[in-house]
Amino acid sequence: MSTMAKTSAGGAGLRITAREARNLLAGALIVVAAGFVPLLFSGYVLQVAISIVMYTAFATSWLLFSGPTNYIALSTAAFFGIGMYVTAAGIDLAPYPVLILASGVAGALLAAVMGLATLRVSGVYFVIFSLGLAELVRQIMTWGQHVFGTMSGLYVTIDRSEPMYYWQLLLLAAVIFLVGWWIGRSRLGFALRIIGNDEVVAVHCGINTARAKVILFVISSTFASIVGALVAPRWGYVEPVVAFNPSLSFQVVIMALLGGTHRLWGPLLGVIPFTLLWELISIEFPDQTTLLLGVCFLLIVYVIPNGITGLVEDALSRRAGHGGPVGDTLSRGAHGVIGSVRTLLQGRKRHNA
Amino acid sequence: MRRREFLKYSAVTALAAPFVRVAKADLPAIKVAVIGAKTGPLAPGAAVTHFPPYRLWAHEVNAGGGLKLKDGQHKVELIEYDDRTQPPEAIKAVERAATVDKVDWIGGLYATGFNLAAAPTFARLGYPQLTQACVTDQAPLIVKKYPGFFMFQASTTSYAKGAIGVLKKLKDGGQIGNKVAAVNVADDFGIELANKGRPLFKEAGFDIVYDKSYPLGAQDYTPVINAAKAANPDAFVAWSYPPDTFGLADAAKIQGLNVKAYYCAVGCAFQGFAQKNGAAAENILGAGGINDTPEIRAFYKRHKEVTNVDADYWGSPFYYAMLQVLAQSIEAVGSLDRMAIAAHFRNRKFKTLIGEVEMPGQILDKVYTVGQWQGGFFAAVAGQGFSDYAQVKLKTSWG
Repeated sequence: MSTMAKTSAGGAGLRITAREARNLLAGALIVVAAGFVPLLFSGYVLQVAISIVMYTAFATSWLLFSGPTNYIALSTAAFFGIGMYVTAAGIDLAPYPVLILASGVAGALLAAVMGLATLRVSGVYFVIFSLGLAELVRQIMTWGQHVFGTMSGLYVTIDRSEPMYYWQLLLLAAVIFLVGWWIGRSRLGFALRIIGNDEVVAVHCGINTARAKVILFVISSTFASIVGALVAPRWGYVEPVVAFNPSLSFQVVIMALLGGTHRLWGPLLGVIPFTLLWELISIEFPDQTTLLLGVCFLLIVYVIPNGITGLVEDALSRRAGHGGPVGDTLSRGAHGVIGSVRTLLQGRKRHNA
Repeated sequence: MRRREFLKYSAVTALAAPFVRVAKADLPAIKVAVIGAKTGPLAPGAAVTHFPPYRLWAHEVNAGGGLKLKDGQHKVELIEYDDRTQPPEAIKAVERAATVDKVDWIGGLYATGFNLAAAPTFARLGYPQLTQACVTDQAPLIVKKYPGFFMFQASTTSYAKGAIGVLKKLKDGGQIGNKVAAVNVADDFGIELANKGRPLFKEAGFDIVYDKSYPLGAQDYTPVINAAKAANPDAFVAWSYPPDTFGLADAAKIQGLNVKAYYCAVGCAFQGFAQKNGAAAENILGAGGINDTPEIRAFYKRHKEVTNVDADYWGSPFYYAMLQVLAQSIEAVGSLDRMAIAAHFRNRKFKTLIGEVEMPGQILDKVYTVGQWQGGFFAAVAGQGFSDYAQVKLKTSWG
């Protein structure tokens, strides 16, 4: 707690420190470098790159809310599907850029409603509700189809090249990083970290916890909806079974946890190896994918419980000689793959006690 | 002694191996990519209908020495990919097959949305797209946009039309009355069929005495059947999906739903439906069906022997027939010139398992829409373009 307060108080000022400027510059360079991928590669490599930027956008937007608060949200598929459906339904009515905005707004509204209704419950209850949300929205869409139309799916017929999808998603991922960075150094981010560590303490400090959580949940979900709008034309035909695929929500969480949830760039370090690993498994062992992925999860949890960021930071601090800067450790042991789950459960216990 | 003998034989084999190879002059295999769901919601369907026909086909082609091209016989090598029931993964698999594995042919994907999503990629990479599991009322537009897109399945409206046509014939023949109870699963295809069915029922002179939907994944179908039964219908129609197709039949059997015609849409054509319901399945109508010929019966037997999967009575024989069309076209062209092969699909008649077929306007000209369980065989009783339909029988008992 105290170390964390120090870090955040240090970064909460409006002025950008030299270190932050350096990080921003590095981030900008990475984005620009990544922007060259479609010019250098095509075909399969570009496809894998599109997967990576898409999941980076998902996992990072997921982290905006779930990282600091330790509320595991399994609602990515719901918001992704909303974005797709708004785009598909409006494709003949409005220009595409308007639909991207509309998708964001629709996602934000749904997140606000859901957030107001459920963010007063914590821990496992929230996880279950967020998982059910995709199914709920899917049922609403099906009902809409029942009442208004006869088609089982909707066509999104605009042509866009593959590099275009890549650049759009890359840009969105960059925006998510910027927003995440901005939140991290704001009062809101500070409040959320306190909530994540102990909600009771946060309430006693005078933080309006419900409001803070809802705002962050809305921001995080809006981005997931926008991803849906951006890739809808690529899917071409939007139907409930693929738009609200619950496994998407789990994949995003697993990737983020693999990377580590206490750093904004954590998910990125999870998404890249996970996407490549999964690709390798499904090419070499197409009939045993699920089994081998399960084995990999077990190995990840047992061998690198703090996520890849944990490994990286350990290596860095070992190189620095001793423990590393105090502010950076941020109760490292309690985070990462096991860490997040453990914190979640411990949080529950504390509230019950 | 034994060891020495072994070494001797090994040495001889090792020495001879390169020569045997040269002597046989094995030509490079024709690589065919088969992309479909091995994980995710569509995996169970693909495991029955999508992958096995390719495996059976490759097995039989290779047993015969391979496909005859101008330079000799080439065997077929299948490379299977998992699309995880996600369209972008399917697109990625198509890219991988074309640019990394450099396959000679990429089979059509499993399910409509996937084929439509991947159509631009197929076109861009110069691969024709010969599909079976793809039904859409936008078919004419799509084949116009993509000259390499072929649909080995006729349009979707025909399923509702076919089922209602069968009932109308029974009604007009005085075999059943005009009261029909219609239920549907509140999901994609069920809703689509129900919405198309309503005006068609009215047009055919039916009185819809009961019309309700039930949620996908419902556990107990007794209330649905009881309510339908209370309306005292002459015919019962369920625009249903596999789990509820089975559940409804169970409930109808227990409650003794007294109708002369009983129809359930998707899933009725699975062999498992007859195996599970036994005598109760007799004379149940459903979507799909196939003509009862010795060739077809032999096909089901081979399918089970080679792939260890029971083929269904809907997509499976059509899938296989589609691959026969592909094989005949490749041999006729005599090379792996994909565009020439696709050109060969057009306006030509092919002799296949399901009879003589053609694809005018890139879409198959015939389809079986309604089948009926008759003595353990799901015989086609209605369709378009075929002429050999079985006689429809009335449902007299639940076994």
